Amino acid sequence: MAASPRTDTTRVEDTGHEFLVFALGEEEYGIDILKVQEIRGYDADVVTRIANVPPFIKGVTNLRGIIVPIVDLRIKFNLGKVEYTEQTVVIILNLSNRVVGIVVDGVSDVLMLNAAQIRPAPEFGQTLSTEYLTGLGTIDDRMLILVDIEKMMTSDEMALVEKVAA
Amino acid sequence: MSGLDLSQFYETFFDEADELLAQMEQLLLELDAQAPDIEQLNAIFRAAHSIKGGAATFGTFQKLAETTHLLENLLDAIRRGDMALRADMVDIFLETKDVLKSQLDAYRASEEPDEAVYERICAVLRQLAEEDGAHGAAPAAASAAPAREETMHMPAASATGTSDKPTCVRIRDVSGKDAQSLLEEMGNLGTVLHSESKSGGLSVWMQTTCSVADIEAVCCFIVDADQLRITHEAAPASAASDVVSQFEAAASSFTPPDAPAPSAARPAGNVAAPRPQKAATPAAAPADKESTSIRVGVEKVDQIINLVGELVITQAMLTQTASTLDPVVHDRLLNGLEQLERNARDLQESVMSIRMMPMDYVFSRFPRVVRDLASKMGKQIELETHGRATELDKSLIERIIDPLTHLVRNSLDHGIETPDKRIAADKDPVGKLTMSAQHHGGNIVIQVTDDGAGLNRERILKKAMEQGIPISENMPDEEVWQLIFAPGFSTAEKITDVSGRGVGMDVVRRNIQDMGGHVQLSSRTGQGTTTRIVLPLTLAILDGMSVRVGVETFILPLNHVTESMQPTEDQIYTVAGDERVLHVRGEYLPLVEMHRAFAVGDAQQDPTQAIAVIMQAEDKRFALLVDHLVGQHQVVVKNLEANYRKVPGISAATIMGDGSVALIVDVFALARANREKWSSAAETVLN
Repeated sequence: MAASPRTDTTRVEDTGHEFLVFALGEEEYGIDILKVQEIRGYDADVVTRIANVPPFIKGVTNLRGIIVPIVDLRIKFNLGKVEYTEQTVVIILNLSNRVVGIVVDGVSDVLMLNAAQIRPAPEFGQTLSTEYLTGLGTIDDRMLILVDIEKMMTSDEMALVEKVAA
Repeated sequence: MSGLDLSQFYETFFDEADELLAQMEQLLLELDAQAPDIEQLNAIFRAAHSIKGGAATFGTFQKLAETTHLLENLLDAIRRGDMALRADMVDIFLETKDVLKSQLDAYRASEEPDEAVYERICAVLRQLAEEDGAHGAAPAAASAAPAREETMHMPAASATGTSDKPTCVRIRDVSGKDAQSLLEEMGNLGTVLHSESKSGGLSVWMQTTCSVADIEAVCCFIVDADQLRITHEAAPASAASDVVSQFEAAASSFTPPDAPAPSAARPAGNVAAPRPQKAATPAAAPADKESTSIRVGVEKVDQIINLVGELVITQAMLTQTASTLDPVVHDRLLNGLEQLERNARDLQESVMSIRMMPMDYVFSRFPRVVRDLASKMGKQIELETHGRATELDKSLIERIIDPLTHLVRNSLDHGIETPDKRIAADKDPVGKLTMSAQHHGGNIVIQVTDDGAGLNRERILKKAMEQGIPISENMPDEEVWQLIFAPGFSTAEKITDVSGRGVGMDVVRRNIQDMGGHVQLSSRTGQGTTTRIVLPLTLAILDGMSVRVGVETFILPLNHVTESMQPTEDQIYTVAGDERVLHVRGEYLPLVEMHRAFAVGDAQQDPTQAIAVIMQAEDKRFALLVDHLVGQHQVVVKNLEANYRKVPGISAATIMGDGSVALIVDVFALARANREKWSSAAETVLN
């Protein structure tokens, strides 16, 4: 499970960014590959629950001596079906000196998208504010929801980071 | 030489200068102006000299070099007895030390020191030197001039009527290393004009005012007297630059090559008397110290501590796995594991001890604080410190300084009375302030005690009432004292620049609590106040008791656990329907249910089937209801804020033997807010 995503079949082009593509339910999301530290299998036994926190925060786990919070994006994005199976993985992100894990339904690809393949995102409802979207990517007939994961994870609504004034 | 980048040595110089300045301050404070100890004067001079030498070496720290130079001249005159030490001089020297410190800090921050301050302190020092020149010995007049030392040396030389011919010192059978030391010594005695070493012998021509006997006395520390021959004769025609190159060879590895000439070739103050202790030259002093200790970045030490922590966890994991094995078959493996455990523990302890620093680091700065404040407030105060060798974690040591300074200021300002008031109260006019540090179980207890007026109960109550803090007339003293920790509380009749703004005690308490400690106050009217700070020895390791609630494991800090018991039906009473108290030996303790505080499902609901752990937090006691006690461990504290955020009711986390994360309970938070539901805090986060 800890295979490096960079060795995946990558379409190398001159411009554009590489995105790690993961699935949440039926939807495909893409995040900047440079924010990804590693990918691990999800093991509920080693995640310690924290009391009185929002339900999408599964708890904290031990990543080689570092205490890392684990966020289940499926709960955060209100995807009806939340199951923990063999395919369920944790993407460990490294965001501005913080290490955070996100639970997703599976990792599929690392894709290169150039500017022409990225369309601006339309307005959505409450669940996923457009603020955190960099756009919608198109590859063949697949649509990728491109998320500014750093901005999202450090936002107030994720309650992962101590509010400065609080 | 110009190609050499000196800036790489700056940090070393700054660190050394810092140390020397601290040393200088301490010596100045110990100095008795009426009867100065010559050894102390020498030590102060040496410190100033070393700083000047270093500063001049780099060439970029002119202001620092110039200020120390003036200070050094004065000190030199004093230690030679050309100038009488006065109490006000000590004050000026202390002030100079402060200026030097700020200059040093400025250079460290790659800034130019404040010009005005520099000009002022130099003027003050020159003034001092001139004052003395008016009625002092002739040579001292030269020290008023900020010019080169040579100018000071020359008149002195002619005054003592030494031959115009340079002194030639020839030494037979001398090793290269000794020759270097000898050259340095000569440099301290006078100006070395020329030197050459041939076939194991060393010849030095120098301009000096020292008598032949003095030179002999100095050299005899390195070589025997019969190896030595001292005459007066002209130096061979040689370029003066030769001297410089000779000294390059003698330079220590730290000092950049073309530097020692100005500092080492200087005719230091040894003109008057031979100084046996000069065997340790000023330049050599810091080097000696370094051989017994090394400077290591804190982050490196922290990294080692983390790695050792990991090692201990891995070892615990192995032990746990191996415990299922048959001890007969796997005899050797199990023995090996046992040894690993011992070694890992020892390693952990020794690594932790690296971070430990003596309290002396903190206490040593207070004589100055007390001295300055006492003179400012016209009080007479004697400071006593105990337990200077008591060791404390470095991170705590650094954070304890501010709160302690605050407490000391408070004691001096509000506690200890003025001499006339003290005489009126039939007390010794000299007030006494005692600071002590001692180990007490897993804690360190730091106390600040004064023999002043004590806290004024009436005034605190009156002030509290004015500020709308709920009080009652018959509150016990302890609770009244706690009031002064309220934010914005001050009973001072007038606000001084020392204290009284009331921003203090609450900050002190918060700082201490942030460090995982707490503050206690005791006071008796007319007899004084004692503030007790109780701190954990280290933040990195904690003695914990693991408890189980439902399927979850929590760690309770062992130093807050007093006892545990299984409550019986008749010990439990309800209050206001919902809250419960536990009656233990005449005491009613609030019952905090862990599973309610931390919303744990499938925990033991029936208190009589659970275990009540009696916890002590500050002066509050409460009973914590858990399902089982699991065991006692030493755990490595990992903070949650590094990657997550502060969690209500939890102080930190740790990694258990099986690799899972367990949360460490914040006992103070539970004690403070046992009625408040954490969930309400979580709801605000959710919405």
